[in-house]
Amino acid sequence: MTELLTTSQAKELHRTFVEDVMGMPSGEKINICQQCGTCTGSCPTSYLMDYGPREVIAAFRAGMIDRVVKSNTIWLCTSCYYCTVRCPAGIKITDLMYELKRMAIKYDLAPKQSKNPAMTKYFIDSVRKHGRNHEVEMMARFMLLKDWSLPFKFWQLGLRLFTAGRMPLTAKNIRGRDELEKISAYLEAQEAKAQ
Amino acid sequence: MKYLYYPGCSAEATGKAYDASSRAMMDKLGVELVELDDWNCCGATSYFSVRELDSFAIAARNLAIAQEMGDDELCVICNACYTTLAKTNRYMAEDPHVFEAVQGALGAVGRSYDGNVKVRHVVDILINDVGVEAIAERVTRRLTGLRVAPYYGCQFSRPMGSFDDVQVPTTMDRLFEAMGADVIAEFDAKTDCCGGMMMLTREDAALRLCHELLVAARQYRADVIVAACPLCEMNLEGYQPRVNKTYGTDFNIPVMYFTQLAGLALGADPKQLAIDKQVVSCSSVLAAIPA
Repeated sequence: MTELLTTSQAKELHRTFVEDVMGMPSGEKINICQQCGTCTGSCPTSYLMDYGPREVIAAFRAGMIDRVVKSNTIWLCTSCYYCTVRCPAGIKITDLMYELKRMAIKYDLAPKQSKNPAMTKYFIDSVRKHGRNHEVEMMARFMLLKDWSLPFKFWQLGLRLFTAGRMPLTAKNIRGRDELEKISAYLEAQEAKAQ
Repeated sequence: MKYLYYPGCSAEATGKAYDASSRAMMDKLGVELVELDDWNCCGATSYFSVRELDSFAIAARNLAIAQEMGDDELCVICNACYTTLAKTNRYMAEDPHVFEAVQGALGAVGRSYDGNVKVRHVVDILINDVGVEAIAERVTRRLTGLRVAPYYGCQFSRPMGSFDDVQVPTTMDRLFEAMGADVIAEFDAKTDCCGGMMMLTREDAALRLCHELLVAARQYRADVIVAACPLCEMNLEGYQPRVNKTYGTDFNIPVMYFTQLAGLALGADPKQLAIDKQVVSCSSVLAAIPA
């Protein structure tokens, strides 16, 4: 499916995952998963995933979390939280998916064909720049850099939204833009200090 | 009654009508909404995907401003904003490490937040503070005979379910029942996912989910679907032509922000509720309810 990582890289991913998950509130509950599969059965997109949510936990136990980090699974999670509210063991599976997204972005391991990491980046860029997400700017960047077919598919909708005033071209900047930057810089420095 | 109000980023663009209709509806109920000063994006699902603490800290900046403005409650209309802000409170309360990190980050910009601003979904405020009886008394245009499919979406009561059942929410059902509508209580797709941001990144997956929702709405003969989230609304309404093209269907079901329909029942002007800004025409809904 995807090329394999070296053993040391795989081990590092495993270690990062364990450390981060155990640091989450009720993260240790991952250990009491009984593989019932309620999560996968509740997931609206599991049918497309390389590994369903149940298999994500199974893979972790088998020491193969590196395969999940590189899979399409995590980018198909819409954060609907069905798995989380239905898990009989109280495992916060959506939070595990977020952790895996962070790892895939950090180690640059997301599958090349997945467009979600780019969307995530453009969203955050827009918020950093304006303090709020400027939808039009984010979409324009996404279309220009990631998917040229979108304007052709959605021009009618775009036109309708534009004429209805639902796609303002100018962004509103908040006064405290620099605060968001400083908040991120502070947390980044703290993280670096801890390592 | 008066509430601090967090509109969210969509309220300034695709979800403008959600903001306008929330204000107009609340005005009809005698509830004043005071916009949170200089609010920033909650971070939504994107920030969680990069650094969790960043996400909590930028969400908490909004809560810190609410605290500075001397309020202990914040009214939120968007499901995603609601979940992100409420989740920030919960994780700050559950995890001292999160609390400390957020405090430190806010301290770096001269702010502080104690964790005591309650995040309230607008539906929660309507049902539990204003009350269905009081709302029913103010209805001037009863929604008699209108088949309403209440669509709650994912992050309305998941994952926390602070004011409604996590799996089978009914608060919007009660709201529209009080307004005389023929609410489709058995609309079992009401908390199914619309695909969210995947409409742009994995169109096939998102269209399939929207298709299933629209099929369910038609099966129950819905005249209108009401949504409580700008992303749900956009996906269900704006992409109906794409669903039709992909699945060979002919859906043309009006989708409204629930505040637009509630505003109508309370006698607000359709223009003020921005009903003409919908992608799928709502003229059938307007025609169905007596003026």
